[in-house]
Amino acid sequence: MTITVTKSAPAGTGPDASARRRSPRWRTLRAAKGAGFAAPFLLGFLFVFVVPVGYALYESLFSERSSGLGIGGRERVFVGFDNFSRGFEDGAFWLSIGRVLTFASIQIPVMLLLALTMALLLDTVATRTAHRYRLAFLVPYMIPGIVGTLMWMYLYSPRLGPITDVLDGLGISSNFFASEMLWVSMGNLLTWNGVGFNMLIIYGALRAVPREIFDAARVDGASEFRIAMSIKVPYVRGALVLTSMLSIIGMLQIFNEPLLFRQVAPETVTKSYTPIMFIYFQAFDSNDYGYAAALSIILAMLVGAVSFAFYKLTNRPQP
Amino acid sequence: MTLTEQDATTTVFRDRRRRRAQRRAAEDRDERPPGGRRPASSRVLVLVALALLTLYSVAPVWWLIVSVTKDQRDLLYSNGLWFAELNFLDNLDQVFTYNDGIFVRWMGNSLLYAGVGAAVCTLISVAAGYSLSRFSWPGRQAAMAAVIGSFLIPGAMLTLPLYLLFAEVGLVDSVWAVLIPTFISPFSVYLAKVYVDGAIPEEIIEAARIDGAGEVRIFFQIVARMMTTGSATVFLLSFVSNWNQFFLPLTMLRGEDKWTLSLGLYYWNAKRDEAGTDLTALVLTGALLSIIPLALFMIAMQRYWRTGVTLGSLK
Repeated sequence: MTITVTKSAPAGTGPDASARRRSPRWRTLRAAKGAGFAAPFLLGFLFVFVVPVGYALYESLFSERSSGLGIGGRERVFVGFDNFSRGFEDGAFWLSIGRVLTFASIQIPVMLLLALTMALLLDTVATRTAHRYRLAFLVPYMIPGIVGTLMWMYLYSPRLGPITDVLDGLGISSNFFASEMLWVSMGNLLTWNGVGFNMLIIYGALRAVPREIFDAARVDGASEFRIAMSIKVPYVRGALVLTSMLSIIGMLQIFNEPLLFRQVAPETVTKSYTPIMFIYFQAFDSNDYGYAAALSIILAMLVGAVSFAFYKLTNRPQP
Repeated sequence: MTLTEQDATTTVFRDRRRRRAQRRAAEDRDERPPGGRRPASSRVLVLVALALLTLYSVAPVWWLIVSVTKDQRDLLYSNGLWFAELNFLDNLDQVFTYNDGIFVRWMGNSLLYAGVGAAVCTLISVAAGYSLSRFSWPGRQAAMAAVIGSFLIPGAMLTLPLYLLFAEVGLVDSVWAVLIPTFISPFSVYLAKVYVDGAIPEEIIEAARIDGAGEVRIFFQIVARMMTTGSATVFLLSFVSNWNQFFLPLTMLRGEDKWTLSLGLYYWNAKRDEAGTDLTALVLTGALLSIIPLALFMIAMQRYWRTGVTLGSLK
C-alpha cells in the first residue's frame, strides 16, 4: 500500500507546485532518489548474498586432487557437477540430515508443548503477575547460545555438576555424555534455551484473541481447563505451526551445541553428526572446499524449498 | 525551588501514582472471570506450575552465579547450589589478567561487532525500509521478494559461500569479515518496512516536500525521528544476534586478537584440561561476564524486542 505521487494539492499551495509535481521528469527523479535510499542495502545484499552463492556454485564445479604420488602438491580440476552427484549419493551427509530430523521430531514437540503450557498458564493469572513470570521464562533466551551450552555442560558434568550428585543420592547413576544419553542432554539444553522465545510468540497470539469468547464460555459453565483445550489451543494453532517451522529450520542448521559436546564426547559426536558440521569439517578439515560448497547449496535449496512451501501455505504474498 | 513548585511536583507524583493504582485495579478487574472466582485448588495448581517452570528457567543461571564465587577446590567439593568461601574477586582478577588480559580484548571485540554492526545495519535497514514502503521504482517488487525470500534461508548455509568469496578478495581474518555480513539483514529491512508502513503518515512527507525540503533532509529530520521505536527495535534485535553469533566468527577469524567472547570461551573450554592449569573457574567467570551486558541491555529494552519478535514472526 503505497501512495507516492498522486494527491490533490492541498489548499494554499500555488499552481506552480502542483504543476511541478505532475511533471514526469520530476517523478522519475523522485523514483531515483527513492531507490537511492535502498541502494546501500541492495549493494550489500548483492555482495553478501547473491555473489557468494554464485561464487559457491562456480567453486563447486572444481575439486582439489592430489596429483600423482602427492609430490606435485594439490591441483584444482574442473569436475562439472560431480560434487553435486557425489553429494546426492553421500550416505553420511543424508544420514546427518536424517539424524537431525529424527531428533527434531522429538525435541520440537516437547519444547512447543512446554512453551504452550507456559503461555496458557500465563494467560490464566493477572496481567501483572504474568509479566513477572514472563520475564523469568525469558531469562534463558537472553543467554548467548555458546554460553548456555557451556553452562549446561558443566551442570551435566559428573565432576562439577550438581545434577549427577542429586541423581546419585537417589540411587540413579547417570552419565549425560554417554552416547545414548547425549541427545537427551542436548535436547534439554535446546529446549531450555528456546522455550522462552516460542512462549513469547504463542502468548502474543493468545493475547490477541478477544477476551469475550472466554467469558462467554465461562458463563456457559466451561472449566478453565476445558476453555484452554477447546478454545485457546485452536486459536493459537497458527502460532504453533509457525514456531514449529522456525524450529525445524533452526534445527537443520544446528552446529554450536554439537561442536561443544564434541569436546567431551568426540567418539559419539563425529565430524558428520549434523549437516552443517559435515560441511564445516569437509571445508576446514579435509580442505575440500568445492564439495563443501556443493553441499551448502544442496542444503540451502532443501531448506529454502521447505520454507517456501511453508510460506505459501500460511501466507498470501503481500508486496 | 519555591514551595508552590514543590507542591506542584508532589501533586504530579501523587497523581501519577493514583493513576497507576487505578490502572492496576482495572487490569485486575479485567482478569477476574465473570461468574465467580475459580476454585482455590486450581489457582494453587497454576501457581505451583508457574513456580516450577520459573525454577527450570532460572536455576542454571543461579548455579552459574554461585559457581563463580568459588575457587577450584570448592567447585568440586562444595554444594553446587549454595555459596562456599567467597573467591569471586580472585576469579575476576584471573579472568582479566589471564594471557595479558585477552578477555578484555574479546569483550571489546564483541561490543564492536555487535554495536557497530547493529548501528550500521539499522541505518541501512531503515533507509531501505523507507524506500520500499514509500517510493515506487522499477524493481521494487523484485527487491521485496528477494528480502522475504532470503530471510527464509538460514544464515549458516551462507557462511561457507561467504568464506570462499572473502578468501578470494582477501577479507578473511579481518574485522570486516565479521562486520560486513552483519550490516545486511533482510529481516531488519522487512521489520523497518513494516514500521514505516505504520508509523509515518504520507501527509507529513508530502507537506515537507511542498515546503521544499529535499528527500535526504526529509529522511534524516522527519522519517528517522518518527521511527525511534522502530529503529530501536531493529537495533536491538540486530545487536543481540550479533552478540550471540558464533559460526561466522569461527569460520572467518584466525588470530585470537580479533575473536569474540563466545569464540574465546569456546577456546578456553577446549584447552581447559591442558597443561596442568585448570581453567574451569576462568571459563565460568568469563561466561557470567559475557551474559551480564546483554542481559542488562535486554531487560532495559524489553519493550522493543518483545514487539519485534511478535511483529516479525506473526508477519
